[in-house]
Amino acid sequence: MIEIKNLHKSYQMGSNALHVLKGIDFSVKEGELVAIMGSSGSGKSTLLNILGMLDVADEGEYLLDGMPIKNLNETKAANYRNKFLGFIFQSFNLINYKTALENVALPLYYQRINRKKRQEKALKYLEQVGLKEWSHHLPSELSGGQKQRVAIARAMVTEPKVLLADELTGALDSTTSYEVMGLIQKINDKGNTILVVTHEDDIAHMCKRIVHLRDGVIVKDEKVKQVRAAEYVQ
Amino acid sequence: MFSRDTWREIFDTLNKNKLRTFLSGFTVALGILIFVGLVGMTNGLQNTFEYYFSQDATNILYLFPGRTTKPYKGYKSQRRIEFENDDLKDIRENFAMFIDYVSPMIQRGALVKYREESNNYTTIGVDWGQQFAEKTIMMKGRYINQEDVKNKTRYAVIGRLVEQDLFGTKNAMGKYIDVGNSVFKVIGVFQDEGGDREERQIFIPYTTRQLIEKNTDKVDRIVVGFKPELGYVGAMALQRNLNKFLKDKKFISPEDQNGIFIRNIADQLKQNQDFARVLMIIAALVAFGTIIAGIIGISNIMVYVVKERTKEIGIRKAIGATPRTVIGNILLESIFITTLSGFSGMIAGIALLSSLGDKLMDDYFILNPGINTGLAISATIVLIFFGSLAGYLPAKKAAQIKPIEALND
Repeated sequence: MIEIKNLHKSYQMGSNALHVLKGIDFSVKEGELVAIMGSSGSGKSTLLNILGMLDVADEGEYLLDGMPIKNLNETKAANYRNKFLGFIFQSFNLINYKTALENVALPLYYQRINRKKRQEKALKYLEQVGLKEWSHHLPSELSGGQKQRVAIARAMVTEPKVLLADELTGALDSTTSYEVMGLIQKINDKGNTILVVTHEDDIAHMCKRIVHLRDGVIVKDEKVKQVRAAEYVQ
Repeated sequence: MFSRDTWREIFDTLNKNKLRTFLSGFTVALGILIFVGLVGMTNGLQNTFEYYFSQDATNILYLFPGRTTKPYKGYKSQRRIEFENDDLKDIRENFAMFIDYVSPMIQRGALVKYREESNNYTTIGVDWGQQFAEKTIMMKGRYINQEDVKNKTRYAVIGRLVEQDLFGTKNAMGKYIDVGNSVFKVIGVFQDEGGDREERQIFIPYTTRQLIEKNTDKVDRIVVGFKPELGYVGAMALQRNLNKFLKDKKFISPEDQNGIFIRNIADQLKQNQDFARVLMIIAALVAFGTIIAGIIGISNIMVYVVKERTKEIGIRKAIGATPRTVIGNILLESIFITTLSGFSGMIAGIALLSSLGDKLMDDYFILNPGINTGLAISATIVLIFFGSLAGYLPAKKAAQIKPIEALND
């Protein structure tokens, strides 16, 4: 599903160049649930941003579902993001003046799907994350866990090839974190490919594979025995 | 770009950000309202100027006799100068090329009676030309003519209000009235836009007035109506020459400023017009400043709005909005709100002006304030254009930021 070869990325900091990714080789098959781990500054977020076409690499190859991702202009990148990828952010990034339902339906607006269909589909995904009754509430009326579930529904609504989650539990307490991870596992069980960036060990072990990043290179890439989040949630 | 869905999204955004929508709309509406108001008031002021100065003819010189302050050619100073019929004749003959008419004015108050009604009025002995000098409009009958002057007839032309006072609803034409113990026949009734005071005057032939006053040949003042083709410069030259001619004739020192006074309406009119023009320029500057202030105001708000929405733009881009859609929506939002509020402000301003009419005439000298619709619309469009531009530039910049940077803000 994802194939990366010799990926490099540096940031220009005044006169110094900060080399963040120093040759990453990495691939993800369909249906995998991968955690990318590393301390801050290890380059894990940069990697995710490049995978998410939110940022571009200086060097290297990136194939998404066999399609080379390079020389994208803004418009094309936006279309690819919309069609192939779903994002989940640490800070939820919901639009605060739109209701849960409108937030979930927004990616479909950019696919030019008509309003009625958008709302039907959005409601379906809200139901899947257990928030059907909250569809007409604003983000400010939802708890952190609920907000993140709305964000997950929004990421899922376009039926993307890959879900990218950046510290999705970073702003949540541990109980809520496990609930959200349970949801992620359930989505993965249905065959969705998911990448999770985290620095928390317990979250990483709820995935099926952990990739350790340090100073811009992959230092360890191991399959792990998945811990089911349901075990923690009583 | 103009689908129903786009508009629904735009209305939704505007509706859910009421304060922001209100602020930007209010700025534009207020800017246009003030602009329309200012320009309208200035136009009203100019209308007043025109109103006052169009009542009497402007191609007129008034000559007043004075008292000398310098001895000259054997005459002492402090000598009273008087005009006589002879002077009228001399002016007519010597300046025939430049003037249309010359009329003396002999003004006397008189008790006027008709049967039981009586009142004090101003009577003015005149020649036929006076009708043109004061733009007197005849309602009934005729004005004093050359024959009347020649034959010293006892004819009177009375003002509308004189007729109303003395005759009530009855017709004064052909009736005889007692003017200061002389009987005059009413041969005409006039109206004048100069107001009540002017409509309470009575015109009689000046020769008749002189006859009553022991057949004198003195006149109070002389009105010279010159040819309009002379223009401002010609009028000034005529004034100088008349001054010189009369001083010469009456043995007044050329340096003596008080022997003869000449009031030039054209000169006064020009001064007033210059004043009005300066006023107009100041008002135009203020109005221009208002538009600029409006543009700056709306620009600030738009910059702030887009800044505030940077994160939202990042989110929208992350979930698949193209830069074009992002910019397009922000632009349509700002065009929509500025157009709506701009034209509301304009219509409110025009409505305000037209409701004023002559209400401000007495206290503020503003008559029928109004604005050229084309100008109002142009100003509105300018503000809409710059308001949209002010929205477009930061939106374009925001749309070009990588979504990840916008999200990190």
